[in-house]
Amino acid sequence: MSETLPGSADIEPDDLKAARVPVPPQAIAPALAQPRSKRSGRSNFELYSWIFMRVSGIVLVFLVLGHLLIMNILDGGVQRINFAFVAGRWSSPFWQVWDLLQLWLAMLHGTNGLRTVINDYAEKPRTRFWLQTILYVAAVFTVVLGTLVIFTFDPSIG
Amino acid sequence: MSATDTLEVDPALRTVDVTFRLHRYNPETDAAPHWEDYVVACLPTDRVLTVLQKIKDEIDGTLTFRRSCAHGICGSDAMRINGRNRLACKTLVKDLNVRKPVTVEAIKGLPLEKDMVVDMEPFFEAYREVLPFLIPDGHEPTRERLQSAEDRATFDDTTKCILCACCTTSCPVFWTDSQYFGPAAIVGAHRFIFDSRDAGSAQRLEILNSKEGVWRCRTTFNCTDACPRGIEVTKAIQEVKRALIFKG
Repeated sequence: MSETLPGSADIEPDDLKAARVPVPPQAIAPALAQPRSKRSGRSNFELYSWIFMRVSGIVLVFLVLGHLLIMNILDGGVQRINFAFVAGRWSSPFWQVWDLLQLWLAMLHGTNGLRTVINDYAEKPRTRFWLQTILYVAAVFTVVLGTLVIFTFDPSIG
Repeated sequence: MSATDTLEVDPALRTVDVTFRLHRYNPETDAAPHWEDYVVACLPTDRVLTVLQKIKDEIDGTLTFRRSCAHGICGSDAMRINGRNRLACKTLVKDLNVRKPVTVEAIKGLPLEKDMVVDMEPFFEAYREVLPFLIPDGHEPTRERLQSAEDRATFDDTTKCILCACCTTSCPVFWTDSQYFGPAAIVGAHRFIFDSRDAGSAQRLEILNSKEGVWRCRTTFNCTDACPRGIEVTKAIQEVKRALIFKG
């Protein structure tokens, strides 16, 4: 093969040169056991999720402790809770909002916490993916069902 | 009876037989790493590095470990001694419990190559990604870039890093997620993020804001405990988080 073939203008001479020079095997750097993957695009998701955990945690301290106090200690405690008691509470928008906030914050806080735990402990990407899929399905199911119950609760079925 | 027979021997000069339990691995002959015991006569003032060198010289020449300066500056001989990451050259026998075997193994979370030697490349790759060099702006000055003592103090602690990997390989998040930048890379970024002469802070903060950046930190303080230079590593990571929240 000559250096430049007549009528082969589409082939760069440099390419021909590179193709003929044998690459010694030791010149190729060994593949890393754990190469760093490319960073995905810019996103503040992890920052917001970190702040959300702190803020929702503080709000939940008051919501959940208040809930436990009302349900278990005040006015005879857990003995007085029945269908009528729940129906009475949910007739007020205040308690609807309280329970809704509690449901959403607790579920998102817990789901995000478990997402972190899975990220920390699942070593294989496949395990991580499936555990997180199960987690998100369970979380969405619980949040949707809970929200539905709070808004469509019908006291007359008792 | 001569006078020398009754002389008290200085306890600091009396040797004690200590069992060293080393985690040995030869990739050419061993299927998996295994523990092996070596009994060595040690002075209380001996360093673990000296003991390892003694084992290599007098008992088993195949023992492999990294050493360079042997004075706690080069950062070559980070090892897991009695379950804690330390520099073998800064750990004295008298500070270890010698009644039980002293365990020495390679640092965790990086690919094991032989005995105490691991592949440091993933560690340095993470370090290079945070741009650990001064990024100036404006024209090249005709004299040195001045900085007040107060400005310098904000990042003084993180200038002490010797890149030994004690912190990163003590981090439980790094053990299971090799993509996490790790404490050492964040320390390296901190050193320039808070440098008043540097103009690349936004770039570095953006890199550490990624999925595998500072938000993976669980503040377990393993890194701070492990650092042979006494850097408050966890505090540095928190300062980067704070900078991201309030500047970003």
